Amino acid sequence: MSDNMKKNLLSAQVDLSKFSFQDFEKATEEEKRQQDVMGESTTFFRDGMRRLRKNPLAMGAIIVLALIILTIFLAPVIIPYGYADIVKGSSNLGPFEYSTSELAKIAKGESVFPHIFGTDSLGRDYFIRVVYGARVSLGVGIFASILVLIIGMLWGSISGYMGGTVDIIMMRIVDIIYSLPDMLLIILLAVVLNETLTPVIKGTVLAKLGVNMIALFIVFGLLYWVSMARLIRGQILTIKQNEYVLAARSIGTSTPRIITRHILPNCLSVIIITTALQIPSAIFTESYLSFLGLGVSAPMPSLGSLANDARSGLQTYPLRLIFPALAICLIVLALNLLGDGLRDAFDPKLQK
Amino acid sequence: MVKYTIKRILLAVLTIIVISMITFFAMNAIPGGPFNSEKAASPTVIAELEKRYNLDKPVGVQYILYMKNILKGEFGVSLKTGRKISSIIGESFPISAKLGLCAAIVAIISGIILGSIAALMRNKWPDRLIVFLTTLITAMPSFVMATLLLYYFCMKLGWVQAWTAGSHNIVLPVLALSLSPMAYITRLTKTSMLDSLGQDYIRTARAKGVPQLKVIFVHGLRNALIPVITYVGPMVAAILTGSMVVESIFTIGGLGSKFVSGITNRDYTLIMATTIFLATIMVIANLITDLVYKLIDPRISLD
Repeated sequence: MSDNMKKNLLSAQVDLSKFSFQDFEKATEEEKRQQDVMGESTTFFRDGMRRLRKNPLAMGAIIVLALIILTIFLAPVIIPYGYADIVKGSSNLGPFEYSTSELAKIAKGESVFPHIFGTDSLGRDYFIRVVYGARVSLGVGIFASILVLIIGMLWGSISGYMGGTVDIIMMRIVDIIYSLPDMLLIILLAVVLNETLTPVIKGTVLAKLGVNMIALFIVFGLLYWVSMARLIRGQILTIKQNEYVLAARSIGTSTPRIITRHILPNCLSVIIITTALQIPSAIFTESYLSFLGLGVSAPMPSLGSLANDARSGLQTYPLRLIFPALAICLIVLALNLLGDGLRDAFDPKLQK
Repeated sequence: MVKYTIKRILLAVLTIIVISMITFFAMNAIPGGPFNSEKAASPTVIAELEKRYNLDKPVGVQYILYMKNILKGEFGVSLKTGRKISSIIGESFPISAKLGLCAAIVAIISGIILGSIAALMRNKWPDRLIVFLTTLITAMPSFVMATLLLYYFCMKLGWVQAWTAGSHNIVLPVLALSLSPMAYITRLTKTSMLDSLGQDYIRTARAKGVPQLKVIFVHGLRNALIPVITYVGPMVAAILTGSMVVESIFTIGGLGSKFVSGITNRDYTLIMATTIFLATIMVIANLITDLVYKLIDPRISLD
């Protein structure tokens, strides 16, 4: 160590020449433990869930959805009325009202299950109709979204992974479908399929589902998948550049396996978020078609058709509109908030 | 720009052709011709009628003839009423257009104002209230909203007269039509305003000593509005489809309610003509939106 070496006055470097071995001592076990990095290691999923749990709106949405789903499954078991059962002499009852015959039964000591939301003009219990309506609407929303997901995922991943001419052709098809006014074509196809499918499916299992319902799914399968396909293609184009994909390809992994094993799991969060946000739009479309008389077939109720039927007697029985409308709003609101929460929690782009 | 414009126009024309083909061939797939639904006419009469309306020719030829007529402004006759569809459109579309235009203006102005307020007062109560209301509005189907408005303001409170032959109060229909686009524009303005206020040029403007209001309106809002323009095309589509519901509920004789009654009456020629007509408007709206967007923002690359 030369003393004439210029020393920076502000340097924090310790001049080791001033110390000897005895000046140092070994760290105790406790001191070593203090140096450990605190906090467990976490996975992407667990990290996202932790963030989701901190979001009160999203948690509220999950609770509301859980309650709705619970009601949908339990109410038909508990309540002794069916959605098409006509209780004689008890039409147009208000909430928790009883008809004269039911009052006579109660006077005799028999128990009569109350009409929680009253009854409709035909004397059907309105609560159970709203419950079944919610069941149908949610079912349509979820299945239509899954359909959109499957088609969009296949189309987008093939197009994105193959690239080149295949990609160009597949994306031009997407562009054209994307620029079609979807609502108009949905109405059009629903009208046409209504007329053409009815004789075809007569007597089969599909007839039970109702021709309008099938038309709805076909329409979703034909038109709604394009934004999903675009999204997944974009994701795949970025993921494809990663080294692990190159590594997988270099050891001879097949294309379908690379797509399903290496690429799709990495865009899972985007897929889940988009699907969650797709359900409300499917519910909206269903209710819109019900308004036009192209929704589910009577006597099967959906929230849209219930709200639409209630319009004729609006002045005298406004509650009949309020109940299904409230149910739609609750479901859609909860799904929207949950979708937003999921996006905040799982979208890596928004992470700080 | 010229290349892009030509490309975009070609795509729009292609889209309209695809729509008209889908519409025409789908409608032709419906079993049963127009003349064998009512009372049974004699085969010679049917053959004569089919010849008159070109129904005896192959479907492809029928399509070309149909499109030729449409280009001349002839949409054929309504199956149920026998009226010319071009005159039905001619008298009902101005009503829808007026309604839609009012709704668009209301939606754009109030959406931009609310969105700017929400962005400038971020995380304070006005922002929270606006976010709450827009979330609520987006969770409500348009026909439920229109029906509730009708119920409360017309029937219950009696503030507004319902639409009758005598009084044409368009406040409620316009409100019903504009609410959901307004909610969307509010959200869009808020996010792009927040984004724009965080940019370097805002800091530069402030550093130069530009007054706060001028920073917000000239530097912030002007740039924040560019993404809002992209929504104009979808908004036209939303208002046109929304007007079907709103017009039927408020019993306004616009094109939307004509379309809905065409669906209920299974009036296929009317459905077909109206679909092509409305779809063309939507495609043109999208085209104009895209071109204007590229024109006013030079940062967007043209390819």
